[in-house]
Amino acid sequence: MSTTSTGMEGTLSRRDASPPATSAQQPARLASGGLIDRTTTLSFRFDGRMLSAHPGDTLASALIANGVKLVGRSFKYHRPRGILSAGPEEANALVELRSGARREPNTRATVVEVFDGLEAASQNRWPSLAFDMMAAGSVFSPFLAAGFYYKTFMWPAAFWEKVYEPLIRRAAGLGRAPEGIDPDHYEKAFAFCDVLVIGSGPAGLMAALSAARSGARVIVCEEDFRLGGRLLAERGSIGNETALEFVRRVEGELRSFPDVRLMTRTTLFGTYDHGTYGALERVNDHVALPPPFEPRQRAWRIVAKRCVLAAGALERPLVFGNNDRPGVMLAGGVRTYINRFGARPGRRAVVFANNDDAANVIADLHAAGIEIAALVDPRSTASPSIVALAEKSGARVIAGGVVTRVLGGHAVRAAEVRAADGRTRRIACDLVAMSGGFSPNVHLATHLGGRPVWNETIAGFVPGQAPRLMSIAGAALGTYDLARCLEAGAKAGAEAADAVGFQTRPAAIPTVEPQGSAVTPLWRVRGHRGKAFIDFQNDVTDKDVELAEREGFRSVEHLKRYTTLGMATDQGKTANVNGLAVMAEITDRSIPQTGTTTFRPPFTPVAIGALAGHARGKEHRPTRLTPSHDWASAQGAVFVETGLWLRAQYFPQGGDRSWFDACNREVNAVRSRVGVCDVSTLGKIDVQGTDAAEFLERIYCNSWRSLAVGKVRYGLMLREDGFVFDDGTAARLGPDHYLMTTTTANAAAVMQHLDFCHQVLWPDLDVGFVSVTEQWAQYAIAGPKSRELLEAIVDPNHDISNAAFPYMACGEVTVLGGLRARLFRISFSGELAYELGVPCRYGDAVIRALMQKGQSLGVAPYGLEALNVMRVEKGHAAGAELNGQTTAQDLGFARMMMMSKDFIGRALSQRPALLEADRQVLVGMKPLDPSARLTAGAHFVPLDAPVNAENDQGHVTSVAFSPSLNLSIGLGLLERGRERLGERLRVVDALRGTDIRVEVCPTCFLDPDGARLRA
Amino acid sequence: MRITCPHCGERDVGEFAYYGDATKHRPDGSSELAAFIEYVYPRDNPAGPHRELWYHVGGCRGWLVVNRDTRSHEIFGVETAHDRRAEGARNAVAANP
Amino acid sequence: MRYSAFSILSQALKGNTGWKPVWREPEPKAEYDVVIVGGGGHGLSTAYYLAKNHGLTNVAVVERGYIGSGNIGRNTTIIRSNYGEHGNIPFYEWSLKLWEGLEQDINYNAMVSQRGVLNLYHSDAQRDAAARRGNTMRMHGVDAELLDVEEVRKLVPNLNFDNARFPIYGGLFQPRGGTVRHDAVAWGYARAADTRGVDILQHCEVTGIRVENGHALGVETAKGFIKAKKIGLACAGRSSQVAAMAGLRLPIESHVLQAFVSEGVKPLIDTVITFGAGHFYISQSDKGGLVFGGNIDGYNSYAQRGNLPVIEEVMEEAVAMFPSIGRLRVLRHWGGLMDMSMDGSPIIDKTPIDNLYLNCGWCIGGFKATPASGWCFAHLIAQDASHEAAAAMRLDRFATGRLINESGTGAQPNLH
Repeated sequence: MSTTSTGMEGTLSRRDASPPATSAQQPARLASGGLIDRTTTLSFRFDGRMLSAHPGDTLASALIANGVKLVGRSFKYHRPRGILSAGPEEANALVELRSGARREPNTRATVVEVFDGLEAASQNRWPSLAFDMMAAGSVFSPFLAAGFYYKTFMWPAAFWEKVYEPLIRRAAGLGRAPEGIDPDHYEKAFAFCDVLVIGSGPAGLMAALSAARSGARVIVCEEDFRLGGRLLAERGSIGNETALEFVRRVEGELRSFPDVRLMTRTTLFGTYDHGTYGALERVNDHVALPPPFEPRQRAWRIVAKRCVLAAGALERPLVFGNNDRPGVMLAGGVRTYINRFGARPGRRAVVFANNDDAANVIADLHAAGIEIAALVDPRSTASPSIVALAEKSGARVIAGGVVTRVLGGHAVRAAEVRAADGRTRRIACDLVAMSGGFSPNVHLATHLGGRPVWNETIAGFVPGQAPRLMSIAGAALGTYDLARCLEAGAKAGAEAADAVGFQTRPAAIPTVEPQGSAVTPLWRVRGHRGKAFIDFQNDVTDKDVELAEREGFRSVEHLKRYTTLGMATDQGKTANVNGLAVMAEITDRSIPQTGTTTFRPPFTPVAIGALAGHARGKEHRPTRLTPSHDWASAQGAVFVETGLWLRAQYFPQGGDRSWFDACNREVNAVRSRVGVCDVSTLGKIDVQGTDAAEFLERIYCNSWRSLAVGKVRYGLMLREDGFVFDDGTAARLGPDHYLMTTTTANAAAVMQHLDFCHQVLWPDLDVGFVSVTEQWAQYAIAGPKSRELLEAIVDPNHDISNAAFPYMACGEVTVLGGLRARLFRISFSGELAYELGVPCRYGDAVIRALMQKGQSLGVAPYGLEALNVMRVEKGHAAGAELNGQTTAQDLGFARMMMMSKDFIGRALSQRPALLEADRQVLVGMKPLDPSARLTAGAHFVPLDAPVNAENDQGHVTSVAFSPSLNLSIGLGLLERGRERLGERLRVVDALRGTDIRVEVCPTCFLDPDGARLRA
Repeated sequence: MRITCPHCGERDVGEFAYYGDATKHRPDGSSELAAFIEYVYPRDNPAGPHRELWYHVGGCRGWLVVNRDTRSHEIFGVETAHDRRAEGARNAVAANP
Repeated sequence: MRYSAFSILSQALKGNTGWKPVWREPEPKAEYDVVIVGGGGHGLSTAYYLAKNHGLTNVAVVERGYIGSGNIGRNTTIIRSNYGEHGNIPFYEWSLKLWEGLEQDINYNAMVSQRGVLNLYHSDAQRDAAARRGNTMRMHGVDAELLDVEEVRKLVPNLNFDNARFPIYGGLFQPRGGTVRHDAVAWGYARAADTRGVDILQHCEVTGIRVENGHALGVETAKGFIKAKKIGLACAGRSSQVAAMAGLRLPIESHVLQAFVSEGVKPLIDTVITFGAGHFYISQSDKGGLVFGGNIDGYNSYAQRGNLPVIEEVMEEAVAMFPSIGRLRVLRHWGGLMDMSMDGSPIIDKTPIDNLYLNCGWCIGGFKATPASGWCFAHLIAQDASHEAAAAMRLDRFATGRLINESGTGAQPNLH
């Protein structure tokens, strides 16, 4: 029924006669106004083109002031895009900021502060923004409807990885990742307060003021670089001040309180449990480079007793044809560019709005001298005051009308408007200021699972039940009237302070003229022409929502996932409600019946590096150094990471061609003379109390009461599930005093386990214990000459002869003239050996003394490689054997288990599968070919059987080259292994291509009777 | 999350290590194997209030019983494992007066 | 309607108005041969294989929300069969084989992308453990390669090779591992099951399981009682809650696992990589986002969201592995509920109640298992006997001690 007039109403002059540009360089800068410093000019580049700006500008405002409209290309169809908004919700103006290792893709131009020398580039286009070859793909758009990729690309199967996927991957993604290691640094910080205020608009400022006046510790987080929120773009007055004066006065007062912290450039990105919040402070994103020793960004963990969410609201776009063209902007964005930045987003505007906030944009456009061609208000009865205002501003008012589409490619040329009577006309313009109403920023109120509820009056979702400890005020709760925002903020701030014990009243509210915000939803323009976008960034149109409905993806989550609506970097800030509402419309359901919108953290994307902080590179985790580290380092030791510890792996010397030579030399030194190894990393736990023996009885599977004072015993600890947990030795230093050692890896876990056993299971035991791992430096002194060496440093009044201090003896001695030390005659290497413990601060002196006194004996330091070779030679189980899957029986310790007592793991160690005869048990192995080299991780296979799972009889756990035997030897877990000594098998390592014949042998390869260690 | 340690005060969850269900009681050493299997494996795993063991590994090394809602993470109370045992004894008396 | 390039073409010319719903929205029947509780990946694939392999089409999948609302749509999309235990490998390898033919089988492009899965190792001991695992895989006929650091460098040049706290020694690589578009798996199975007559009942919460004299008779739902000859539970995350309706207690704790996605960028990471000196895994989606995750938060939770300590730990590991991604931004993080079993492996077994079958305990690895889980669970339900690939995944293994404990960490779920 409609008729389309072919003529165009009005003209869009190529050259603007009035008002004069303030700067030849910034043709669209208004002559005056704005929170910018016009006395300073900054230069920046966009796509290589040099442009200028003023301090106070964002990249977006500077681009607008420079008359730049085309800023980016869309994700899927490569449509030209401009600037949609003036805030964090921006969906179109995404750029690559900076370059090289500092490149930041997908950066919203609307939140980037311009600095001198800033470089930005458009993304997702080739070869250039204006001539993007990929845009040619738009003609295929009917084939690229939502979810098309689920229906094709299936044939032939192998083509997916080889052909389709690489093409899709290259086309997808927006910007490019940085090239190289991020040169900047990040910090983490913690803050605690009574009242946290999120947002510093009218409600936030009043909340902060009310709380601050009570004496409460207040933190205000503001994403922008200025406090004030929407007040920065308001020309109206508050009381007898301008909005800006009001902001400055309140800010001044807030700054006068010692316990108020105002955090600008700080985005509160997530709400977590129990009053914990995550915030990102952009410390130095507004300068070219962070100053020396300053971080780029700081990630805050803020703990607040109460929180006032005053995060405002976001304006919604309207859904009509080509609503994504550069020059179609949110009305609030238009106002912000005019009022806050003194930038002119167009010369001739059409205002398309379904709510009374349109009055503000009309007034601001008019005041800025921008022609208003028309006010298109879909409501048949537009508010009379707005009509009057529009007409006064020279605008034609088209009540009951809609914009059906926008004309123009890289910039808006005209709007096609359908009036209530169905007539369509084209109105020349270069700016369409649209407003589809507002959506409260409920994000932070939903992170803990709260469901927003639909409010018919404001046509928006408001938080349902606020999270505990949070209250919500102002536009975030759907209160748009300025006076009521101020009041609600003051009340919320006072109540929050009150709730944590500060007596206060809400701050007084200045008088403000009431404002209208009545809205009648228009979710999409019926009969629009061209693509009508709902999610700009992901190129989701109303047609995609229709398709999703048609295919049964009617649940909101299905809609999102199938069409990708709301899945872009803006998380659908401007899109979700429109998409949901269009789905509701299509399915003839109400919005609440259709679903709700929830948001996941972060509110806006957060740099991975910021959340990582300093924990990167070598500082990724703390490094623990042994007491002999400095000395070893000076010897040229090669260190290796073992857990958090750095331990000496070997000590290379002149003649060594490789680690292998060094290791063999060190083993030989120990086996023939004497060697010293720092074993301080083993966990050491001091256990005391009248029930200390009983406690050890319960936590170890073997017997402890029988251990004499002055003796050491090997101990094996099980988990409650019956598998081996840890092993070590414990020395009885006194009747009620033991010193336990644990493996390096399990030191902390054993400590936790002992605390559990004592506090949770047996609190009635009289026992106390403490970790002394870091209090004692401990050296293994091993080799036939170890006693000789010790005699050189142990003070002469101590008799450490074999008779007086036999194998497994322990006791206190003094060394080097009175230094108290502990001596243990234990051996991991199988040689005559001791461990000497001295207070940690003497560790360095003692290692030096040992080396110096041992020179004549041929002493050598030895590292982990040699230590491991010698323990394999002796068949001692270590990490690869204590792998959490083995039992005491598997490791040959069945007889140690004292089944007559209760101990952790006793019961479950008797489960049938743990006692089966065919379990894999620890054995030794030697290759039949002495030149063969075994590898750990190879599997046992019978000699003539095929290599398959059925014939997998176990695996090699540890290997070593024994210089003493001149042979590669190994330990392994072999099915029925103990019955198979002497049997020949293959060990197959398919990964490394070896297949070696071995003979199964006992686990101990050297001195099986232990003559050496008892010498 | 924040846990109020009876010894140390309110601390970040990062200081604590979790263990699990605090309502499990280790059987007497002379019990049958089945009792130990029951102790170690099945869990009520409720969606709602849960009495659970936490270890203040980055603080006092105390084992705590925390009463926490597994749906909302809200914490209703924290006591030391030792107090928990005392309470268990009281409950046993209350149940069999 | 069969999906093909031709159907896309012909529909496009008709303005895409001819597409039909991907699955029906039927009302529940009074009785089914099999009711599967849980419309996630495992439930839907079970229904599909019941119909396809066993000719059982009088089957309903009941789902309390919308299908795919749980972990099938919350995971980090990784598929692999690089396990080390004999009880696991045949199952996960069967799953990988099913993935390889899935799209043609169900006529739905789930974007199965075999881009390889690389597990880094950072010490000699980890190398030996990787070799043990890789060799076990090889003995089962599964692809595995042990790469040294230079080979890793060729494969993923932007890892931290020069300044790492835990230097990269090499990696265990499974070339056939990769990623799959997770949501599409649910939708594809739903469509394929629906086509064979399975009723998918969304928004139909199960509120009770009717058991009499040790026999399960049916389920009470939001839409009334539904009688069933057999009932299969496939509701990982909430298995304990649903099993409790039948009076069962499971060796399971529910934990939250978080996942993360970054803003989309042009291709940067071409394979799936896991960090060996912590808990971290990462890949890049076809859309460009880096998809990554780490360890579970470590406490019982049904909240589907986690907390900052784990979030920060994950980011630390991300930057430790890839020092160049620090400036990329995390776009979203979320959580899913994990059925953490006491030995880290799943359960596909009968229960002490007749006609009631259990599929649970997937820990953090349920996604990759989706096809085989459905295949084996359908076999169990239809044949009343375990499928050989899942024969070890028994409920009584905790009592017998025949555990499948990959990590060797014992009966503490938050250590798996």
